Amino acid sequence: MGELLLARWQFGITSAYHFLFVPLTLGLSILVAIMETLYVRTGNETYKRMTQFWGKLFLINFAMGVVTGIVMEFQFGMNWSGYSRFVGDIFGVPLAIEALAAFFIESTFLGIWIFGWDKLSKTLHAACIWLVAVATNLSAFWILVANSFMQNPTGYVLRNNRAEMVDFGALITNPYVWHQFPHTVLAGFATGAFFVMGISAWHLLRKNHTDFFQRSLRLGLAMGLISVLLVSGVGHLQTQYLAKTQPMKIAAAEALWETADPAPFTVVAAIDQERQTNRFEIQIPGLLSFLTHNSFKGEVKGLKDVQAEQEAKYGPGNYIPPVTPVFWSFRIMVAAGLWLILISLLTLYLVRAGRLEQRPWVLKALVWTIPIPYVANLSGWIVAEIGRQPWIVYGLQRVEEGVSPGVSAGAVLTTLLGFTLIYGALAVVDVYLLRKYATQGPVEAPPVKPQETAKEVSLWT
Amino acid sequence: MDLSVLWFILVTVLFIGFFFLEGFDYGVGILTPILGKTDTERRVLINSIGPFWDGNEVWMLTAGGAIFAAFPHWYATLFSGFYLALFLMLAALILRGVAFEFRSKDNNPAWRNMWDWLIFAGSLVPALLWGVAMANLIRGVPINGEMEYVGTFWSLLSPYTLVGGIAGLLLFILHGALFLTLKVEGELVNRARQVALRVGALAVLALVLLVALSYSQTDLFTRAGAGVAYWGAVVVLLLANWKLRGGKYGWAFGLNGLAIVLSTVAVFWGLFPRVMVSSLNPQWSITLYQASSSPYTLKVMTIVAAVLVPVVLLYQGWTYWIFRQRVNPKHLEY
Ligand code: HDD
Ligand code: HEM
Ligand code: HEM
Repeated sequence: MGELLLARWQFGITSAYHFLFVPLTLGLSILVAIMETLYVRTGNETYKRMTQFWGKLFLINFAMGVVTGIVMEFQFGMNWSGYSRFVGDIFGVPLAIEALAAFFIESTFLGIWIFGWDKLSKTLHAACIWLVAVATNLSAFWILVANSFMQNPTGYVLRNNRAEMVDFGALITNPYVWHQFPHTVLAGFATGAFFVMGISAWHLLRKNHTDFFQRSLRLGLAMGLISVLLVSGVGHLQTQYLAKTQPMKIAAAEALWETADPAPFTVVAAIDQERQTNRFEIQIPGLLSFLTHNSFKGEVKGLKDVQAEQEAKYGPGNYIPPVTPVFWSFRIMVAAGLWLILISLLTLYLVRAGRLEQRPWVLKALVWTIPIPYVANLSGWIVAEIGRQPWIVYGLQRVEEGVSPGVSAGAVLTTLLGFTLIYGALAVVDVYLLRKYATQGPVEAPPVKPQETAKEVSLWT
Repeated sequence: MDLSVLWFILVTVLFIGFFFLEGFDYGVGILTPILGKTDTERRVLINSIGPFWDGNEVWMLTAGGAIFAAFPHWYATLFSGFYLALFLMLAALILRGVAFEFRSKDNNPAWRNMWDWLIFAGSLVPALLWGVAMANLIRGVPINGEMEYVGTFWSLLSPYTLVGGIAGLLLFILHGALFLTLKVEGELVNRARQVALRVGALAVLALVLLVALSYSQTDLFTRAGAGVAYWGAVVVLLLANWKLRGGKYGWAFGLNGLAIVLSTVAVFWGLFPRVMVSSLNPQWSITLYQASSSPYTLKVMTIVAAVLVPVVLLYQGWTYWIFRQRVNPKHLEY
């Protein structure tokens, strides 16, 4: 494998891994903050125990998010120095702001929150977790401003062999980010909500701490239902927006080779990228036109025509991204969204009817739903990032121009293996701990007692 | 003043903040399994930096982000050039970060021991590597006319840069030990003091050696004032040792911190106006003017920094105020 391919794998693996932890942080931080606020306002000890129980799971996850984020911060320079030189003038800015405006708040106030239970007033303590929650969402905003520039460059000129910023306002009002940010953050809320619902359901199945987990489940349900409805709505708008700004991505997501009016929606397809056709497909007539234009008539551009347009604009080359992963990821994400809507509506109905606990299969389904938002998140990024190929910055720089010229394939392979090994090992530890604490449930006494003071721990064992 | 010069100064300030703050938590991390003989003691040691270490690490992230935003070519050359060294550092920081969180999540002594040693190694490796990196910055590394690093991992290692690494490591360990004399109680203070006494003497030796070698290995002393800062660091470090012997821990901590600040200033002052020194051809050294972002970007960043940095300093200062007391082994909520 060449350096380019290895660098791409490395970026894909490390960012996908980082994004395993980010969404839960986004959603769970808000839920924990709500729980603590309820505790402050009602004085009900159950809410305090809820804060501590879910807070512990939050912290285990947060630690992983932090350490995998450090890698993200530096790998643009390590593997993508050509890219960094070309867009640093613009791209570095949101990254630096993210650190200054968000990471500092998160890390500082989380430290206070963890160690400050008996050092601050209740209200101040709750304010700390709110600051953490707001700052994590703020950090998502700034990083997505950066990503949106790569997807849809705004506010720049080409000068001195690079893209230079001329309008900071245009950077942060990029319409791309105002689709991407709500979609991603709401997806994070959904991730946190279904996590809380699933674990609560697991305990309700076993009749543990019923009151505690009923309350948790209801909180999760409220947040989950609202955010998954909104995520799908925004996703719909985003698809329509993309049909205008990145028609290639949408054509790939739909495996639509020929321009069509009215355009059918392809449910499943066997894609043949080489011969530029689908060997097999099941379609619903007119639906794609409806999805993109809100009307059963209307043209949707096919891959071949967009390819011809881009050749005319950017010169000869292949501008069609790998269609199969984009197509299937898109379907997986939408299916996941539909599933989440259905199960939360069903749960809502049963909770209101007071019958949830008599339906163990629903509770079981909720447990098995925990991974679904993760699958949707990952698929969403595959659509966004692989669908952007061959560009690293849409229309401005191709991926092969972005890679570090001085770094050998051997070096990239070394770090790729290194990160993968470390990440793999940590995944095992993280899952072990999350399971352990999730299934243990809320405990009255502090769960981790320091060992006997007198006993010496040997230095070398 | 030219904004790119201002940003060079700001990056220096960020590194100073980073070394001063994270310096002591690297030091405490290294000392945790050594000073802490029992599980509770280790927990006390970790709790002394518990509320701070992540906030301190963000100084490093911000320094990285600021270099990216203000000097993209510096960011690109530095990180693609110091590739494998940076990987080692990242690996160490990953393990260290989760270790703080995970060690107490299981009662098994083997589990705790493993994470304690990862805290040790995860603090030792970056503490060492930052010294090596600073020494390389000022000594120069193989950079060609296209701003690309053309050496290997091994070109970063030389007697001089290793001395730099060891000096940095010892300064950080001392910084951690002195921090502990202020933050823990009883027997642990004694142990921290013992370590500080020994490491303090070694740190003086290493720093003197580093400064002396810098005469032949770098052009740092051709710049008026850089020598003053470097030798000043040595003097201040001696004073820190002297105060330590007198039991004036607060003074000793502050003075050793000043030694860290002064050596950082010396390196950046010696670099100015270069950001990367080429060891192949002085013409190929990258200056801050060549590396910098456009004036517009720098202006935006200046406004952002002017608004945000004071706020950050305020609330970070507030944390140190909240947790100003010594760690009480009876209240280890973690
Ligand atoms: C719980 C997670 C989740 C769920 C249920 C959905 N999405 Fe999503 N989607 C994401 C999580 C996500 C994401 C991880 O947040 C992405 C990746 C990049 C982004 O902007 O958001 C994403 C990207 C993404 C993109 C690509 C954006 C781009 O290329 O920049 C589109 C077109 C959609 N989504 C559309 C939808 C639609 C129509 C949904 C209807 C059910 C939907 N998503 C549900
Ligand atoms: C955290 C969620 C994200 C995930 C899961 C993700 C996933 C991916 C994947 C799978 C690729 C490989 C695509 C390919 O080579 O075919 C990729 C490439 C890339 N992405 Fe993302 N990405 C994420 C967020 C971001 C963000 C926020 C940015 C920028 C701020 C970004 C910048 C890049 C870059 C620079 C590349 C490498 C060049 C390329 O292959 O296009 N990614 N990402
Ligand atoms: C690809 C570019 C990315 C970079 C350079 C990056 C960088 C980082 C860094 C350095 C941290 C650790 C902060 C600390 O020490 O406290 C972090 C954590 C975090 N990142 Fe990322 N990140 C990226 C992608 C993303 C994306 C796509 C999102 C969200 C949409 C995101 C959201 C977060 C959040 C919320 C945290 C808080 C910690 C946690 O989630 O556990 N990041 N990131």
